[in-house]
Amino acid sequence: MIDLENLTIKKARKFLDAKEFSAVDLASAYLAEIEKKNKELNAYLEVFDDVLEQAKVADERIAKGESYPLLGIPLAVKDNILIKGRKVSAASKMLENYVASYDATVITKLKKQGAIFLGRTNMDEFALGGSTENSAYGVTRNPYDKNRVAGGTSGGSAVAISANMALGALGTDTGGSVRNPASFCGVVGLKPTYGAVSRSGLIAAVSSFDQAGPITKTVEDAEIIFNIIHGKDLLDSTSINKDLYEKKREKKIIGVPMSSFSGALAQDVLKQFTDALEHLEKQGYKINYELEFPSSKPALSAYYIINFAEVSTNLARFDGVRYGLHINGKNLLEDYLLTKSNGFGRETRRRLMLGAYVLSAGYYDAYYGKAVLVRGQLRKEYLKAFESVDLIATPTMPDTALKIGEKSDPVSLYLEDVFTVTANLTGCPAISLPMGTVLREGKKLPLGIQFMAPHGGEENLFEIGKKFKGMI
Amino acid sequence: MNIKDVENLASLARIELSEEEKKNLLSDMESILGYVKQIEELKVENAESECKVYNVWREDEIIPRDFSRELITEQFPGTQDGFLKVKKIL
Repeated sequence: MIDLENLTIKKARKFLDAKEFSAVDLASAYLAEIEKKNKELNAYLEVFDDVLEQAKVADERIAKGESYPLLGIPLAVKDNILIKGRKVSAASKMLENYVASYDATVITKLKKQGAIFLGRTNMDEFALGGSTENSAYGVTRNPYDKNRVAGGTSGGSAVAISANMALGALGTDTGGSVRNPASFCGVVGLKPTYGAVSRSGLIAAVSSFDQAGPITKTVEDAEIIFNIIHGKDLLDSTSINKDLYEKKREKKIIGVPMSSFSGALAQDVLKQFTDALEHLEKQGYKINYELEFPSSKPALSAYYIINFAEVSTNLARFDGVRYGLHINGKNLLEDYLLTKSNGFGRETRRRLMLGAYVLSAGYYDAYYGKAVLVRGQLRKEYLKAFESVDLIATPTMPDTALKIGEKSDPVSLYLEDVFTVTANLTGCPAISLPMGTVLREGKKLPLGIQFMAPHGGEENLFEIGKKFKGMI
Repeated sequence: MNIKDVENLASLARIELSEEEKKNLLSDMESILGYVKQIEELKVENAESECKVYNVWREDEIIPRDFSRELITEQFPGTQDGFLKVKKIL
């Protein structure tokens, strides 16, 4: 029996190289867990039928003496990342039977390593949401309390890690979609610097925010995956080299914009957060509680306006002509209407209309134009803050995972993203780490702490993450 | 905002809505737009971007990529003789 509970990518590498267990043994152990749990948790939309064959190939490579960090490591992949020849649906009816015709660059890189793909994981349709409740294939349940959401949009990937149904996972993060479910499920999630990881082969939601990132049990594992998937890519003109941004000298100061949120948090969440900061002070970090960002208040509005605008543009391609679902009408216009109305879920349709609104003549300057200015202003404020602090810390989410169906009005769901969207608006990298648990209705539920670094500062995030581990 | 606006936006987005859905969307959109509207009143200086700009165009040379014509055409909703089939638009 392999002890999956305590297994990490780092440990598994040693066991695989020492032949203590084979890649086939490891993959079989995960398949057995998935078999046991997936029906209830709904983390995977599909478990691939060739997992053991993939593992056999990895074993052959290991037998030949090859060793790569991810050779033979079983991974879960969010359902908006293309793997050639496999279905990829973005959890939408629109792409229910769509088969990818090429590999995303992140997948090409993982394939070279010999990583094993277990299956594709559930998400909010087209990565629009924050709870995986917007999937066309049912909600993903939180392993800590099955009446609660997993977070989202990468909910399936976070649950796969949290419930030992994969050793590592890929998610994508547009406004917090890696960090939010990581926080709700008690695992680690990284949103890299905009451009650090190629977007080629991701189903686009908001092209100027999207980044793929790892979801793992430990910071070391997130670092291992990030080191493999990052890098400039000819197929994504917005991808960048690691050395584009200058490294800043470490000052051992962490900034906390305390006044902007302390009043809005539940007492026990605030206590857990201030305890965490005290631990960091004992480790020799100075905490600057005075940080202020004047543009952080309109930031969420700016985020959503840009989100609506880009989503409505990116999703225009799903018209029943080029890909996926096609419902036949009397003429082309009727084809469009029928296909879009039946293929897209409620939230997606809502955002397409909001996008049409904020981009329409007469409103463009007031909404989209203004949002772009706020984004630029916020970025300046963060760059300025990073002159005096190394990292900025906040809770990842305002509270623990919500109950399924608890919030149905869209604005209160959007407000959940208040801490995470700034990293996407500014392009800065950010990580969510487990920050202990609090009790909700007799159940222990995980919280997350978020650290944000200046552009290109992933290493600083890994460093603080390793120090932070074991404090809580 | 009224039902006519919702209908107009739906036709721009090429979405067909039932009467029930129109009503729900009207109230959703009013609350969402009511929230993001705070940005309208905001005074932001029209400052120049501080982003650095780089040339990302590659040289105009052929870089062979492995594409499967079959995999792509199989995904078309309608095909004829290896082409994507669409309805006539005129």
